[in-house]
Amino acid sequence: MEMKVLTIQEDILGANKEKARRNQEQLDKHGILTVNVMSSPGAGKTSLILQTINKLKGKTRIGVIEGDVTSSIDADKIHQQGVPVIQINIPGGCHLDANMIENALKNLPLEDIDLLLIENVGNLICPAEFALGEHKKVLISSIPEGDDKPFKYPLMFTEADVVLVNKIDLLPHLKFDTDAFSQAIKGINEKVEIFQISCTTSQGIEQWVSWLLTQMGGR
Amino acid sequence: MHELAITQSMFDLVLRQAEKAEAKKVGKINLVIGEMTGIVGDCVQFYFDFLSKGTLAEGAVLSFVTIPPKARCRDCGKTFEIIEFDWACPYCQSNSMEIIAGKELFVESIEVE
Repeated sequence: MEMKVLTIQEDILGANKEKARRNQEQLDKHGILTVNVMSSPGAGKTSLILQTINKLKGKTRIGVIEGDVTSSIDADKIHQQGVPVIQINIPGGCHLDANMIENALKNLPLEDIDLLLIENVGNLICPAEFALGEHKKVLISSIPEGDDKPFKYPLMFTEADVVLVNKIDLLPHLKFDTDAFSQAIKGINEKVEIFQISCTTSQGIEQWVSWLLTQMGGR
Repeated sequence: MHELAITQSMFDLVLRQAEKAEAKKVGKINLVIGEMTGIVGDCVQFYFDFLSKGTLAEGAVLSFVTIPPKARCRDCGKTFEIIEFDWACPYCQSNSMEIIAGKELFVESIEVE
């Protein structure tokens, strides 16, 4: 039988993008600002979420989705703060996708949430590809990881709306050129906002939270 | 590492299109992959062979066109290929650029019978 060529020209991640779009529609309906928090393991995603909860306690109703390969260690920490949290475990997985978020949203009290923080799986490669339905992508890059990360994981750095340079309190002890780092990111991502923070000393957290509140305005 | 998820999506897409066209067999799948996605072709083929067993796409050959990253310099306006991820404009050495290619991830066409 003869072969024939069918022109397809279809995005491989189209199905995920469509589901992400529907998630965002649902979140918009409830006026929820949703932030996808990404970083390598140990850069401070959970610490940032805890700091954010602490700063906004009594002012903003927060919900959290925790993505991890295994364990509920992070979700337990969030739960202790009295914040609604859903743990997603993906054995052998390396990122969250829109389908997982769709399921998690079914189990969150969306009526009682103004700000949804999604902690992605610690990884600088895969999460960059998978839209979840978030409004903003936040990337945490910490001082001990080195200032060459924008060159090594360019896709992630071009996708981010905000880069948080965490563990800034360690700057006196490590070699890290903050100016070169910021310049490298701005070079490939003109619209990015960069904040220097420390989840240990709370330095810069005020700025980060005020950015968040600005984004929430009018929702 | 995300090749399994990518391959699953690609496989679903190909099967849907092949069934729509009432194809008996998928012989070849032509993919376009930007280098910035970090997708490893061998991995995709490995997962594809596993996923496609017993379906009309079993045994299909995957062909990859890889797109190198390209940028437009925000200072001098020239476009250039980013070689070995050296993030500088070769014409004016500026580090400020807009990435215009290298993030592609789509099925260009399939060959069916």
